[in-house]
Amino acid sequence: MEALSDNLIEIHDLDYSFGVRKIFSGLNLTIKRGQVTALMGPSGTGKTTLLRLITRQIVPNHGVILVDGVDIATLNQTDLYEMRKRFGMLFQNGALLTDLSVFENVAFPLREHTRLTNRLIRHVVLTKLHAVGLRGAADMMPQQLSGGMARRVALARAMVMDPDILIYDEPFVGLDPISMGVIVRLVRRMNDALGITSIIVSHDVQEISTVADCSYLISKGKVAASGSPAELNQASSELVRQFMHGMADGPVAFHYDAPDYAEQLLGRDVD
Amino acid sequence: MFRDLYSTLFEFVRTFGALQLFFLQILLHAPTVLARRFGLVVGQVYNAGALSLVIIIVCGFFVGAVLGLQGFSNLSRFNAEDSVGAVAALALVKELGPVITALLFAGRAGTALASEIGLMKATDQLSAMEMMAVNPIRRVVVPRFLGGVVAMPLLAAIFSMVGLLGAHLVCVSLLGVDVGSFWQQMQQSVEVADINEGIVKSVVFGIAASLIAVWEGYNAIPTAEGVGRATTRTVVITAIVVLIFDFMITAVAI
Repeated sequence: MEALSDNLIEIHDLDYSFGVRKIFSGLNLTIKRGQVTALMGPSGTGKTTLLRLITRQIVPNHGVILVDGVDIATLNQTDLYEMRKRFGMLFQNGALLTDLSVFENVAFPLREHTRLTNRLIRHVVLTKLHAVGLRGAADMMPQQLSGGMARRVALARAMVMDPDILIYDEPFVGLDPISMGVIVRLVRRMNDALGITSIIVSHDVQEISTVADCSYLISKGKVAASGSPAELNQASSELVRQFMHGMADGPVAFHYDAPDYAEQLLGRDVD
Repeated sequence: MFRDLYSTLFEFVRTFGALQLFFLQILLHAPTVLARRFGLVVGQVYNAGALSLVIIIVCGFFVGAVLGLQGFSNLSRFNAEDSVGAVAALALVKELGPVITALLFAGRAGTALASEIGLMKATDQLSAMEMMAVNPIRRVVVPRFLGGVVAMPLLAAIFSMVGLLGAHLVCVSLLGVDVGSFWQQMQQSVEVADINEGIVKSVVFGIAASLIAVWEGYNAIPTAEGVGRATTRTVVITAIVVLIFDFMITAVAI
């Protein structure tokens, strides 16, 4: 049998534009099997877009994305859905189905894809809900949950099919410190115990440093830096230092392009 | 100006083509959904049909009552008030039943469908399904479409029936038309072809109204404003399409 390659996901020379705005140009990136990989970068660099590209919710203008050596652009819908069963994705806002209870939300992929008995489904769902600390909320509806709780339910749903690859889009936003600590440990533990490959998009440099094996810093459509959190912390590049230490001054401007402030306040820019 | 006209026309043709492909996808998935997820369809028949019953019954009753009043006052000029039952029945079964039900259906069930699907899109629920390898067209769109298609003719039939009761109440109980001739004239003049015409219309309107609602919701711009606009468009486009189809089917039937 052919040995499995170390690289689970490879992105080569990726270009993607949204309208006239170029988001990626010539992006190259590899995600190693069994590791926790973090994608970081200033707001608006297209980190979420990159996740959508990797899962083929959108298609690139140019370039190749290989998942386990397969070019995902060549898959037909049946194969694409087969591949997606290997993914679990946690959306930024949870994206729970609002007409189903917490229990049914987590059970949803099982009911759609398996023929398990109700008893077994109940067992699996309660186990996953227990892992995120929300077994007691099984009968609640999504609108009764806080943002943080909804995200935890979504995490339980993302892992209910025991995926090979778990993708987290901003998993730490809006969590209280206790839940955050639990989730960070959960991400690491699942990754190591179940041999999952994890991809995390996040701004939380501190949290990422404790959990990620490898980080990519994306800026201006390319990978600006990569390496372990420790390596990035030591990096000499101004951009990396600005981002890792949260400094206002540096290559990434805090202000979006705008006319001169004084001129605008004095109303001269309208003349 | 020509460029504007060209791009508007181009956009219209493009949207129309996309709508047909969307309809084709729905039809392709419909047998599987009916066979494997019948429960979902029943749930949507309840949502689109049972929950629309109140508005259909109330409106049907008053439309029938007005038909009775108008029919009586106009026909009595020719001393033909005994025919009021036949006139009301023909108007209800062939025209008003299917058409008004479709318009009410668009307002009550169509808007609910469009905004529900639009909001699911805006809150990433459709993307989440895609990521769970569940086709949102099969899981969300098809059951809602089929629910609407089943519910609409049933609602139209109930509308016509309640309308006749309304007409009966006004004509027989209040205006003194003979109950025997009210029903007998109706029986003599309403033919199976008339009822068939009503059934065909209500099925076609049901398909059109449900398709427009799920299409608008599925293609809504995923913002609060976008969903609002999709809901409005559902009502407006359904009204126009239903009246155009009504003319076409009537022309063919006559």
